[in-house]
Amino acid sequence: MTKANVSTKPKVAFFDFACCEGCQLQVANLGEALLDILGAIDVVEFREVMSEKWDKDYDVAIIEGSITDHHAEERIKKIRARSKVLIAYGACASIGGVNGMKNSFALDEIRQSVYGKDYKLFDSTPTRAVGQVVKVDYTVNGCPIYPPELIEVIKCALRGLPYTVPDNPVCSECKLNENVCMYERGVACLGPWTKAGCNSWCVNNGNICYGCRGLVKHPASGAAEEVISKYNLKPELIKNKFDMYNKCGEADAALSAKGRK
Amino acid sequence: MATENKDLDIKVEYLTRVEGHGNIVVNVKNGKIEKCEFHVVESPRLFEGMLRGRSIFEAQHITSRICGICSCGHSLASIQAAEDALGVVPTVQTVKLRKLLLDYEFLDSHILHFYLLAAPDILGAPSFVPLVETHNAMIRRALRMKKAANDVCDILVGRHVHPISAIVGGFTKLPRPKDLSAMLNILEGMKTDLADTLKLAASLKFPDFRRETEYVALVSDDGEYPLLAGDIGSTDGKRFKKADYKKATNEFIDPRSSAKFTKLSRDSFFVGALARFNLNYDKLHPEAKKVAESLDFKPVCHNPYLNTVAQVVEIVHCWHHAVELIKDLKKNGLDYEEEITVGLNEKGAIPVRAGSGVGSVEVPRGILHHHYETDAAGMIKRADCIIPTNQNINNIEYDFQKLLPEIITLPKDTIRLRLEMLVRAYDPCISCSAHYLDVKFVE
Ligand code: SF4
Ligand code: SF4
Ligand code: SF4
Repeated sequence: MTKANVSTKPKVAFFDFACCEGCQLQVANLGEALLDILGAIDVVEFREVMSEKWDKDYDVAIIEGSITDHHAEERIKKIRARSKVLIAYGACASIGGVNGMKNSFALDEIRQSVYGKDYKLFDSTPTRAVGQVVKVDYTVNGCPIYPPELIEVIKCALRGLPYTVPDNPVCSECKLNENVCMYERGVACLGPWTKAGCNSWCVNNGNICYGCRGLVKHPASGAAEEVISKYNLKPELIKNKFDMYNKCGEADAALSAKGRK
Repeated sequence: MATENKDLDIKVEYLTRVEGHGNIVVNVKNGKIEKCEFHVVESPRLFEGMLRGRSIFEAQHITSRICGICSCGHSLASIQAAEDALGVVPTVQTVKLRKLLLDYEFLDSHILHFYLLAAPDILGAPSFVPLVETHNAMIRRALRMKKAANDVCDILVGRHVHPISAIVGGFTKLPRPKDLSAMLNILEGMKTDLADTLKLAASLKFPDFRRETEYVALVSDDGEYPLLAGDIGSTDGKRFKKADYKKATNEFIDPRSSAKFTKLSRDSFFVGALARFNLNYDKLHPEAKKVAESLDFKPVCHNPYLNTVAQVVEIVHCWHHAVELIKDLKKNGLDYEEEITVGLNEKGAIPVRAGSGVGSVEVPRGILHHHYETDAAGMIKRADCIIPTNQNINNIEYDFQKLLPEIITLPKDTIRLRLEMLVRAYDPCISCSAHYLDVKFVE
């Protein structure tokens, strides 16, 4: 019996669905700090960097990517059934992310536009976040994830503690970082509506917030209207920007509307 | 063992230690190869379709999400295509910084591939995880080097996975003198690790295999190893302007597999580090050439397993190139007036027009093409992205066909490993799912 089999450390597995694997890379980018984490857990599957496979239950399954075909749907359900705790990490997994833009088109139309007349031979379903298919215990937002948050969530998951995603907007961090507001520079930024927790990463580097961490639960709609009218913005422009990451949320809204009926 | 009646049935589902999902299917009946294929089973993400209706200024942000490993490369190809469509000519300073970014990208990606994805095979381990115990110093070195490459990227563009400040028109944030010094310090701090990497590379024994094929990479008439710009060239003497990238790729669908295939002068071609090495050896940094010589590694090399060695040579090239670029920037200073504001289209700072543009950039896995067509409002009407792995798949299968008979008497596990190693040598990045489709097995 190998050492890994007798260890009592929690068995952790990483899985990827439709995504760019950038969130996994953020894990690799932890550098030698990664070895500390590896010391506390047994990574039993991580396809991108390991050939090993595991046939028992997982204490923690960490999922990257969105669910975009029937096979993925079956696979995630099987993983869920074998996992005590399931973490969705990255925008693709937690809110559908950029893959959700597909849902702005009629499914057959977009498939045909890329693959031509044979498109039907190949499966594709509307993009869903992992939580829209199976129960998710923890989420780590962001495209890519902000590594300190992932470590925090893994710690909570291993100890069975809750983790609450901050529900204040990116602007709160942006102000602390003393950035000149993009609106003052004549550009629309999604910071006022987007969940903080990335330390206003993009604005610190001269870009706008694209909304990759998902919407705050209760956006100050009054303030939103104020921003839109103060800077004389077209609401369609803002909506179009939101669709880059948050299109799958509409499926949620539709689902809960169905549920209410 | 006689091969005439050998039966073999290998099916590797979800090949590990590559980016994205791929399967190897091999069937041998009575010593006859019935099936020997490499399938891509990544679910299609339809990026080209999703880009329609987005502003050309957003394309780079979106297409970098095709691949996390080479997101800086996708950004640069995307920016080049957008600027080509808009008629924007980047400044000399911008071009220098983009070249620096590409050097960082190569360092980061090649280090990851060499140490964490390819080396375990040669050291006989299933992954880097058991190597933490058996080769602790080596793994620490790998993670340290990976982090260093990542850290310089963070300083230059905000982060390596999906760069923030590199956009159409230039950079939203330019490195200050202290940033240049910090980057230089980090790079110079890698020296010892770099030397140890070369020692390791010299000690590794790669499988002996040879198949002549056509190699395709950017080529140029100036003295620089072409990564960011150039024409598309091949070892069979073909040369095209990047606008003619379609003639250099000839995508076609083959009923054998659902991935779109490419070819040029022959049935298949090879893109990647080995192709660049074979085509542009003379332009490598002298220090990189010295390393190649010391490894007895010469162009034209026809062993695909040695793509990994070409990557090591490129690590050395990019390290020196980056150090020289930073020193040049430090000496001549930067013009901070060139810092631009994102969202230029909202402000109308760059005039938009109906147009078509192509970006062709060498990324770690080979030549990458992005092509966008826009309407008069600068909105994308059509997009096409041809990634390196897509171009290599066909070549991988032809390698399989030649390799399998040569190793067929070996034990099944060895055969399987050799095939896996061969695919991994190409450092495929299947998650760049631009043109891949799901595969149903016909058993
Ligand atoms: S969330 Fe972003 S970085 Fe993470 S896998 Fe998805 S596209 Fe890549
Ligand atoms: S709107 Fe954007 S730039 Fe302005 S404060 Fe909020 S996050 Fe910062
Ligand atoms: S600033 Fe916005 S887009 Fe950028 S990482 Fe933070 S939440 Fe994501």
